[in-house]
Amino acid sequence: MSKYAAAQKQAEPAVLQPTPQPKDDFQEELVVRPLHSGDIYASFQFRTLWETDFMRGNKVSHYRLFPKSLGQVISKFSVRELHISFTQGYWRTMQWGQPYLPSPPGAELWVWFQDSVTDVDATWKELTNVLSGIFCASLNFIDSTNTVQPSASFKPLGIGNVTDHRFLRYATLPREIVCTENLTPWKKLLPCGSKAGLAVLLKSEKLFHSSFHSQAVHIRPVCQDWQCKTTSWELRQTLNVVFDLHNSGQGKREWSLFKMFSRTLTEACPLASSSKIYIDITDNPEQFELSPATSLLSQAMVLGDRRTFSVYDLTQQDTFGSVRSLNLLIRWKSTEGDMLRPLLHAERYVAGYGLQTGEIHTLMYNHHPYRSFPVLLLDSVPWYLRLYIHTLTVTSKGKDNKPSYIHYQPSKDRVRPHLLEMLVQLPPNSVTEVTVQFERALLKWTEYTPDPNHGFYVGSSVISSLVPSTVAMDTNSTRERPLFSSFFPCKEESSYFVRVYTEPLLVNLPTPDFSMPYNVICLTCTVVAVGYGSLYNLLTRSFQIEEPSPGLAKRIANVIRKMRGVPPL
Amino acid sequence: MATTEVERRRGQLAALSIAAVVIIVGVPLWWRTTETYRAWLPVSQIKELAKLQLQLSADVEVVFARGTVTPEQQKKVPLTQTQEEERAIDEDTALRYRYETRYRTATIMEEDALNQPSAAEADLSLHTLSESPCGSLVVYVIPESSSLLPEDVNVYIGQRRTALLRIGPQMRVGKTLEQLLAHLEPRIKQVLQVMSFSHNDITAALSDRVRFSPDNKESIADSMRAFKSSPGYEITFSLLNPDPKSHRLHWDIEGAVQTYIQPLLTKLSPVANFSIDSQTLYYTMLGVNPRFDTSRSAYTLNADSLAHVINPVEARLGSNAASSNPVLNFLLYVPDAQHSPLYIQGRKKQEVPSNAFHSPRWGGIMVYNVNGFYGSEPEFPVDINIDMAKVMGVFLAQLRLLLGVQSSTPPPGFLVARCGSTGLADWELDRLMWSRSVENVATATTTITSLAQLLDQIGNIVINDNIAQQVSSAVTSLQLAVAELEAGNLGFALQYSKEAILASEKAFFDPSLLHLLYFPDDQKFAIYIPLFLPMCVPILLSLLKIVSEARQRRREKQAKKD
Repeated sequence: MSKYAAAQKQAEPAVLQPTPQPKDDFQEELVVRPLHSGDIYASFQFRTLWETDFMRGNKVSHYRLFPKSLGQVISKFSVRELHISFTQGYWRTMQWGQPYLPSPPGAELWVWFQDSVTDVDATWKELTNVLSGIFCASLNFIDSTNTVQPSASFKPLGIGNVTDHRFLRYATLPREIVCTENLTPWKKLLPCGSKAGLAVLLKSEKLFHSSFHSQAVHIRPVCQDWQCKTTSWELRQTLNVVFDLHNSGQGKREWSLFKMFSRTLTEACPLASSSKIYIDITDNPEQFELSPATSLLSQAMVLGDRRTFSVYDLTQQDTFGSVRSLNLLIRWKSTEGDMLRPLLHAERYVAGYGLQTGEIHTLMYNHHPYRSFPVLLLDSVPWYLRLYIHTLTVTSKGKDNKPSYIHYQPSKDRVRPHLLEMLVQLPPNSVTEVTVQFERALLKWTEYTPDPNHGFYVGSSVISSLVPSTVAMDTNSTRERPLFSSFFPCKEESSYFVRVYTEPLLVNLPTPDFSMPYNVICLTCTVVAVGYGSLYNLLTRSFQIEEPSPGLAKRIANVIRKMRGVPPL
Repeated sequence: MATTEVERRRGQLAALSIAAVVIIVGVPLWWRTTETYRAWLPVSQIKELAKLQLQLSADVEVVFARGTVTPEQQKKVPLTQTQEEERAIDEDTALRYRYETRYRTATIMEEDALNQPSAAEADLSLHTLSESPCGSLVVYVIPESSSLLPEDVNVYIGQRRTALLRIGPQMRVGKTLEQLLAHLEPRIKQVLQVMSFSHNDITAALSDRVRFSPDNKESIADSMRAFKSSPGYEITFSLLNPDPKSHRLHWDIEGAVQTYIQPLLTKLSPVANFSIDSQTLYYTMLGVNPRFDTSRSAYTLNADSLAHVINPVEARLGSNAASSNPVLNFLLYVPDAQHSPLYIQGRKKQEVPSNAFHSPRWGGIMVYNVNGFYGSEPEFPVDINIDMAKVMGVFLAQLRLLLGVQSSTPPPGFLVARCGSTGLADWELDRLMWSRSVENVATATTTITSLAQLLDQIGNIVINDNIAQQVSSAVTSLQLAVAELEAGNLGFALQYSKEAILASEKAFFDPSLLHLLYFPDDQKFAIYIPLFLPMCVPILLSLLKIVSEARQRRREKQAKKD
C-alpha cells in the first residue's frame, strides 16, 4: 500500500499542471421531423472533428475520439474524402419531402483519393476489402464492373478543389441488405458507443422495424475557421430512420421517444461538447403539442426553406426534469395542412417486353412554378445491359431537350459498366423524360447470381442539382449551425444543393436452365456414340450373303421329297 | 471360303487399328486437355529441407589480460580452437553447435581500459576500442587480483558483446597453459550460453517442427509466452476509461512512446518492423466484477479471474485494418469511481506490486488507480494526468517478455549489467536474433514441406508459375539462411530467414490454390461415361474376340501337331 501512496503522492503535483487542450471535439444531435403522412422521421448525426493532418505523410497514430480503425484506413490508403452509406428501403420524396442526407437503397461508396496515390484502382480494391471488414458488409463485391469515375456529379464536399476525377471512385451495391450486423460496427465507432448519449436510442430491434433505415459515414477535411488557416478532419456518422404510422405507431398520430426507440434519454454523452434534440415544428406549431415543452426555439435554413425547431439541450440537467429521464411526446391535434412539395423529384422504370431488349425511362420533375434549373444526371448501368446510346432521347413538355453536356463511357464486357452523365435544363413546372434502349446480354453460366430468376439490380440514378431557393441560404460555412443543415457546402445564397436518388431497377436477364450443360454433354455424347457405333460396325464386321432359311411349307415339302428320294427344292 | 477369311482378317485389322488410334491419339489428347496446370516445384530440395541439419557457429575471442598468462605461456597460446557439439532433436532434425575460440593477449589500449575503476566503465571503453560484429563475443580474462569485479562475482556481462571473466583462485601460478585452457573452457561455454544461445532456447525455437516432450512445463510456458516470429508487429496502447463522467484522463502517450518505447524498438529493428499507435476507449468494462475486500477497503481481482477480463474488452479494441501483422495490446485500465481502488491479487493472495499482468501472445493490462487525485472534496469530472513513467516501466517489461527477450536468471557468480537507456543490451539482441533465425527457419521449412505434401496429395490443385516461383525463392532463401547460420553471419541469416518465411507464407496462403480444390472424381466420371462407355465397349468386345480366336487357332495348331 505504501508504494501506491508514494506513487500517488508523486503524481499529485501533476494535477496542477495545465491540462492540454484536446484537439478533437465531438457533437451529437437528433432531428425529429413529424411527416404529413403521420410517419415520423428521425435523423441522428454524430460529428467528430479532429485537428490533425493525415495528408502530408506524417504518421498519425494516437487517437482519442476519432476511431482508430478509420484513421488507419485514411492514412494507409491516402483517402481525401470517404462517403459510405447503407440503406434499407427507399426514400419516398413525394410523401416525406427531401431527406437531410440522401442515400440510395443498398450500399453506396464514393472516395476521393489524394493525388499522391499512383495506382488508384489497386488502392480502391484494397480499400473496399478493408471497409467490408470494418462494416461487416459485402463491399468486397465492388470491382471494376460496378465502379465508375463520375466526371461532374460527385465533387469533393470538403476543402480542396481537386477536380481531377481520376482520383474519384464511385460504386453502389443496390442488392446489399442492411441489418444489425452493419449497425453494431457503426455504433462501435462512436466514442460513447451505445452506452451514453443519443446513441442509447439505437436499438436494432426498433430501427430495423421501420419503413426506411439509412446509416452513413462521411469523412472529409474541413476548415476550422473562415480563413481556413487550420484544417481538421470531420467524421460524420449519420443515421436516418422513418417509422411507419401504422406499423410502429399503431395508427395513432402520437409519437414518443419510447414508442420510437423503446428507450428514453437520461444523459448526454459526457464526451460531447454539444448534445441536442431538434423537433421540426415549422409546418404548424399549433397543430401538434410537445411535452415536455421547451422555450428554446431555433431557426435554420434547410433545403431552401426556413424551418423552426424546438431545441432540447441534453447537456443541461433541467432538460431531464425531475424524473431524470426525457421521453419526448409529439401529439397531433389535427391532420390538416399541406406539405411543401419538393421542387425536384425523379423516378425511373424499365419498359419493354421479352427478354431481348428493353428501355430505361428516367423521369425528372421540376415543381418550381416559374424557374428552370439545370440538373446533372448520373447513370451507371452494368455491362450486361448493352445500352444503345444512339436511342438516347431527352424530352420535356413534348419537345426535344438537348443536354448541354454529355459524358458517356461505353461499357466493356466483364470489365466496366456504362457511365452516362449529362447536364439537362429542366423547364419550370415540367417533367423531363430520358429514355435509352438496351439489349440484354447472355451471361456465362458461372456469372449468374445464386438466384438468377430474381433478376439483376441496376443501381439508382443520381440527380444532383442546385435548386433555386425561396429564402436566402446561409453561406458562412464556419458559423455555428445545427449539424443537419451544414453538410452540403453552400456557395451562394439563391440556391441550395440537392441530390436525389431514383429507385434501383430490377431487370430480368435471359436465364438458362442450369442443368443444361450436363444435358448437352449427354445428348452430344449419345449422338457421337450412335454415329461411332454404326461406323465401327461397318468397319469391323465382315459381311457375307446368307441363304435365307426356307419357309415352313418348303421344308415340309423337302422332308417329303427326301422320303420319296427326290432331290430337294 | 478364302474371301470370307480375308474379310474376317480385314475386320480384325480394322478393330485393332481403331483401338490403336484410340490409345495412341485419343487417350493422350484427353489427358492433355483435361490436365491441370502444375508448375515445376523443387521437390528434391524440399525433401532435403525436411531433414534439417542446422549448424550454429559462434565466434568467441578470448583475450588474456596482463597477469593471467606468463610470457612463456603467451608464446604458446594456440591461435584458434574449434569445438563442436552435436545433438539430435528428433529423427528429422539435428543440431550442431560449433564454437570457434580465438585466443590472444590484450593490447595496450585494452589494458588501459581494463584498468578503469569499475566494470561498467571498462565495458564502455572496451566497446569504443573495437566493435565486435553481430553474433560474436569477446571474453576478457582478468587476473584474480583485479579490482574490477566485486568479491563474489566471477563473470561480468556488459551491455555490449563483451564479458569479463575472473580467473579462478586455483589457477594462481605455476599451472601449465593446458591446465589454464581446460579451466577456462567450461566457464567460457557458460558465458556463451548466457550471451548467445543455449540448447534450451534453440529447442524452444524449433517448436514448430519438433513436438515438445512435456518434461519441463516451465520452459514450455516460457516459450509460449513470446509472440511467434513475424516480420512485423503492431503495438497498440489503449487507455480504457469506463467512467468518463467522473474521470477526464490525459495521457501523454506520444511523448512516452518517444522516450521509453522507441529506443527499444529502434534497437530491435533488425528483428522486425514495429508500428505503434494508441487509442482511448470509453465505457469499456472488464469482464469480471471485482470483489470488495473490507480489510483493505479496496476492490481486488483474483489471479484466477484474470483470464475472463480480456474477452469483453477485446471486442472494443478493434483489429488493425491496415496490416495483418500480429498485434500486441497494452491496456491501461482506470477503474471507475465506484470500483476504485482496484488491486490485482496474486495466486497466494499477495498484492502484485506492479498492479499489472500479461497474457501470453496477446499483451498486457495494467490497472491504474486514481484515488489519489480526488482530493478531499472531489468534484466530478476530475482532471487526471497519468504518470507515464510508471506506466511505461511496466509496459516496457511486458513488451520485452512478449517479444521473447528472455531475462533468464544468470548462473551464480554472474553479474549482468543493467541495460541502459535503450532497454536492451547488444548480446540480448544477439540472443533474440539467434532464436528468431532458428525459429524462422523451422517455421518456413514446415510450411514449405507441408505445402509440398499437400500439393503432392491433391492432384487437382493448379500450381501457378507464381506459386512455383515463391516456393523456389523460399527454398533458396532457406538454403542461404542455413548456410549463413553455419558460417556464423547472424545478421544475414536472420535476413534470409525472414525472406524465406515471407515467401513460404505467400505461397501457402495463395488464393489460387483453393480454386479447383474440390472437383470430385465421381462427377468427372458422370460426365465422361456417356461418351466413353459406348465407345469403349465395342472396342473391348472385338479385342476380346480377336484374342479368343487367336487362342483357339493356336490350340488347333497344337492339336494338329500332336
